[in-house]
Amino acid sequence: MRGGVYLSVARGAFRRYSTYRAATVAGTVTNTVFGVILASTMLALWRARPGLGGYDAAQAVTYIWISQGLLVTVAVWGGGFQDDLQARFRSGDIAVDLYRPVDFQGWWLATDLGRAGYQLLTRGALPMLAGAALFDLTLPADPLVWAEFLLAVVLAVLVSFGLRFLATLTGFWLHESEGVRAVMTVVSMFFSGMLLPLALFPGLLGELARVLPFSAMVQLPADVLLRRRTGTGLLSLYGFQLAWGAALLAFGRAGQALAVRRVVVQGG
Amino acid sequence: MAEPLRAAAARAGWALRSWWLITGMWVRSTMAYRTSFALSLAANTLVTFLDFAVLLLMFAHTRQLAGWTLAETAFLYGTSSFALGTANVLVGSVGGLGERVRSGSLDTMLIRPAPALAQLAAERFSLRRLGRLLQAVAVLGWSLTALDVHWTWDRVLMVPVLLLCGTVIFCALFVGCSCVQFWWGDAAELQNAVTYGGATVLQYPPTVFARELVAGTVFGVPLAFVNWLPALHVLGRTDPLGLPAAFRFASPLAAALCVLAAGLAWRTGLRAYRSTGS
Repeated sequence: MRGGVYLSVARGAFRRYSTYRAATVAGTVTNTVFGVILASTMLALWRARPGLGGYDAAQAVTYIWISQGLLVTVAVWGGGFQDDLQARFRSGDIAVDLYRPVDFQGWWLATDLGRAGYQLLTRGALPMLAGAALFDLTLPADPLVWAEFLLAVVLAVLVSFGLRFLATLTGFWLHESEGVRAVMTVVSMFFSGMLLPLALFPGLLGELARVLPFSAMVQLPADVLLRRRTGTGLLSLYGFQLAWGAALLAFGRAGQALAVRRVVVQGG
Repeated sequence: MAEPLRAAAARAGWALRSWWLITGMWVRSTMAYRTSFALSLAANTLVTFLDFAVLLLMFAHTRQLAGWTLAETAFLYGTSSFALGTANVLVGSVGGLGERVRSGSLDTMLIRPAPALAQLAAERFSLRRLGRLLQAVAVLGWSLTALDVHWTWDRVLMVPVLLLCGTVIFCALFVGCSCVQFWWGDAAELQNAVTYGGATVLQYPPTVFARELVAGTVFGVPLAFVNWLPALHVLGRTDPLGLPAAFRFASPLAAALCVLAAGLAWRTGLRAYRSTGS
């Protein structure tokens, strides 16, 4: 019964995003344009340094297209439920959410999973197809690898949700979480592997990037699809994603409990 | 002849004044949440620094990217980022047009006694946009000291002209592309593909990209006139497309044509606009 509620919430979010057709087309075009630009720069770098970071040129270009496909799906840039929640802080509707007979965090997680599902199908898959038409990509033919990738993407969304939920909670204290969100965008763009594969980060910076939760969002799903992690390596990858996901959700829950006690409702 | 000129000047003056007043209002409202503002400005500077950090990371692995050095690439980066950053400060808000078309709130702007375009450009103005500009100036300043260029007077003069024309071209692109939203309300992201995507292309040497793409930025969307073509003259490089040398000096003409096209698109869009009713 309970699970049914969340499922219909997720389905509702999926359908809601699917009504913005022009926005989807425009977004898909944008992801494709950026994919072409970044893939070209990677090719130039790999022409100068073949085999850099353990990737050959085709793998490096594939990495770029995977990361473009994940950008909106995993909401590396922020957004999704965050925009809705922020509007509800401003209007005071947040009080209504807290009185609902469903779990606050669970409700928003369900909407975010629905959103991510829609965006994986459109802004994930379509630019990837365009990329495959324009460049030489190394994508696996084995459907099992795609299933493993899909699981990694679901866990990536979970981690991303956990982080964005925490950022949004600061709205309870600051009334305006725009600044915190902006900082979060910087950090997650850089440390997720969205801009460059983390293998290219030098020394300590690279090691730091590998232990932070952000790597679970782009670098790790890409590792799965490029078959850089298989067997037990794959299991430890999932373990890393799950551990961060669970920890962030628990932090979010604790933060939520604190926040509810000091909620100040704005608006009439 | 003098009469219509004076009227046009008065209209332009009034548009600028409206922009200035509305901008001031939004700046005051931003300042109501100081912590958030400080964080946003810092984050904005940092986020724009990130794509330069990517360049630095790339050059940590190679001395030359498609035959260009870090200093030369930084010159392209700084000029592209400066032009985009200034245009974003001046008219970046026009991207919000689609929302106003969908909700019908563009009507409110049309009946106010100030030019709608000036109001739209100043709407939700946010000072944190200065972040990109600060960073662009820093990178450009560094590249100018690091470049190995024989500075003649025409090359020195070229730099401010390039920055001015580049800014005008990006302003025209912001306005022109936003006009798509008169017909296609929620396609705001298409504008990003041209403006932010275009600026990203220009941050890299033209030799990085396929010839078709480079040709597209000259003859399609005239982005190459922002910095690639004039930079070839400043840096004393050969043109990968082999265009006549005159193209390197044609940025002012390209900028004027862009403004004309954007103005035409805006007028056509406004004429096609039908309010949502109710």
